[in-house]
Amino acid sequence: MTYFLQLTINAIALGSIYALTAVGYSMVYGILELVNFAHGSVFMLGAFSYYIFAVLVGLPWYLSFLITFILIGIVGFAYDRLTLLPLRRTNQPKFTGLICTLGVSIVLQNLVFVFMGSNTRQFPTFFEGRYLSLGPFNISFIQILIVCLSVAIMVALSLFVKKAKLGVAMRAVAQNSMASEWMGINVNSVVSLTFIIGSVLAALSGILSCMSFRSLDITIGSTIAIKAFTATVLGGIGNLGGAVLGAFIVAMAESYTAGFISSDMRDLSAFVILMLVLLFRPNGLLGKAVQKKV
Amino acid sequence: MKRSIVSKIILLFVILLVAALPFLGVLSQYTQRIAIMCFIYIILATSLNLISGVAGQVSMGHAGFFAIGAYTSAILSVDFQMPALVGLLCGGLLSGLFALAVGWPCLKLSGGYLAIFTLGFAEVIRLICINWRSLTRGNYGLRGISRPSFGGYVLDTNLKYYLYAFVIMLICLFFLHNLGKSWFGRNLAAIKDDEIPAEAMGINVHLSKTIAFAISAFFAGVAGSVYAHFMTYIDPSAFVSDVSTTVLGMVVLGGFGSFYGCIASASVLTALPEMLRGFSEYRMLLYGFVLVIAMLLRTVDVKNSALGIRLQGVYRTVSGSVRNFFTGKASPKKGKGV
Repeated sequence: MTYFLQLTINAIALGSIYALTAVGYSMVYGILELVNFAHGSVFMLGAFSYYIFAVLVGLPWYLSFLITFILIGIVGFAYDRLTLLPLRRTNQPKFTGLICTLGVSIVLQNLVFVFMGSNTRQFPTFFEGRYLSLGPFNISFIQILIVCLSVAIMVALSLFVKKAKLGVAMRAVAQNSMASEWMGINVNSVVSLTFIIGSVLAALSGILSCMSFRSLDITIGSTIAIKAFTATVLGGIGNLGGAVLGAFIVAMAESYTAGFISSDMRDLSAFVILMLVLLFRPNGLLGKAVQKKV
Repeated sequence: MKRSIVSKIILLFVILLVAALPFLGVLSQYTQRIAIMCFIYIILATSLNLISGVAGQVSMGHAGFFAIGAYTSAILSVDFQMPALVGLLCGGLLSGLFALAVGWPCLKLSGGYLAIFTLGFAEVIRLICINWRSLTRGNYGLRGISRPSFGGYVLDTNLKYYLYAFVIMLICLFFLHNLGKSWFGRNLAAIKDDEIPAEAMGINVHLSKTIAFAISAFFAGVAGSVYAHFMTYIDPSAFVSDVSTTVLGMVVLGGFGSFYGCIASASVLTALPEMLRGFSEYRMLLYGFVLVIAMLLRTVDVKNSALGIRLQGVYRTVSGSVRNFFTGKASPKKGKGV
């Protein structure tokens, strides 16, 4: 039982990281109906950027965070403007956008590979090795930090989407982009904003994830991509609360699989969940059935 | 009518030429290896072209089906001493069956579901190849896969295998080409353009996509078998996701739906990295750029841009003067000057 609870505690920390990543998928899909393949690469790029500034350049952590966020925000913005906007503007079929995000993902991953190599690096962390002992459980400080930070960000984000003017614009574009354009919303800047927010969140979760595992290599992006995507689909794609719920379910399934069956199988669990969801409930747990639009 | 006969003669001539190439002594052992890899990648690219290029459903899992075909064929050969052609069919059928199981849930929905799911699927297949040691020998790989033999005649040299791979490739290309031109191919093209009108015209969109996916996976499995019997040794590192990306890059560069374009780009993209050895680090980077730029070029109206019009003018002048040279007429421009 204690083992089970310990696994659950680990899963909650892991789920927070997945949730931060899944939200980015969900927002982009909600607005553009596009699976953003480059999301995983942005996750990895964020972690590398923090590593470069904090370790190789030697800046203090807060500056590294700041520079990384600005840099990744610019990457997200440029990525949308340079590659996806021309496709939208000329009404290209959907697969073009998909292939474009794939291409960007490969480019980002291999740029990092060319400059940084493929070896595993030790990642700096906060509260090195310190943890809270609650009876039989060990909760490391970094896990607590990750969960608190994620909860705070999720609350802030949902408030933003519900209350702020730009958040309302975002929801309007997701519902019907043409009608919202007629209502005077600048659709392209809303889309860019979505990409910036999604990319910065992905970068943040990349850094937090590397801090909790204390290692960094270029493959971390591709494994998180399928897990976060599973979380998004499971919760109902385009639904922020659903993405968070899905992230925790995926993390728990992964944690229990690794704990009770075999750690080789942990990456399989997300895949099995995705298969089951697509078979039995393609709209997700919290999603509504969407009418196909002509 | 006349044109189609001419193109058929040219096609036949090219086929005979490629078949005769190694006998002319112009191909070294090394070049023969590259040529066989070209054939394998041509099968992979044209089969992916069916589901991605013709039907517009992006699949990122071709490495997975390639691996299923290769491992099935290899295990049948090493553990059960089955002939290569049995392994070839079994490998193809098994990966087709896997594709049915994977494609049915994913292809119910449009959009990127298939892409990300197949990406995961290929990774799972690779993990299974690594971890199911009793069957696949894990990371050690399967050794001693026999070269195909027909009634005691073993295709032991690269030269003989070249012909074997070439014939298998021609059969695959024959099926894939005619399938693309059939009513089924036209249905897929309609689905690529827009699924809703295709459905309204009475096409069973979900079923058509799933069948196309299974056929595509079947041929990927066949390519896997050809690969396994050629290398005589396979391990999981040959089936990483880079293979899927490479094949998708070939389909995209070939024009995304163009059959012959696919063949050309598969040949070039297989041969080119072999020739530029020091370039290998940047190969995947190049493929990434190919994917992005090929998509962005669709947004530019090349034909009616300033450069396009000028190039067309140059082409017309050059082709006109070439034609005039052969027909013996003086070029109109020159005539005016003199």
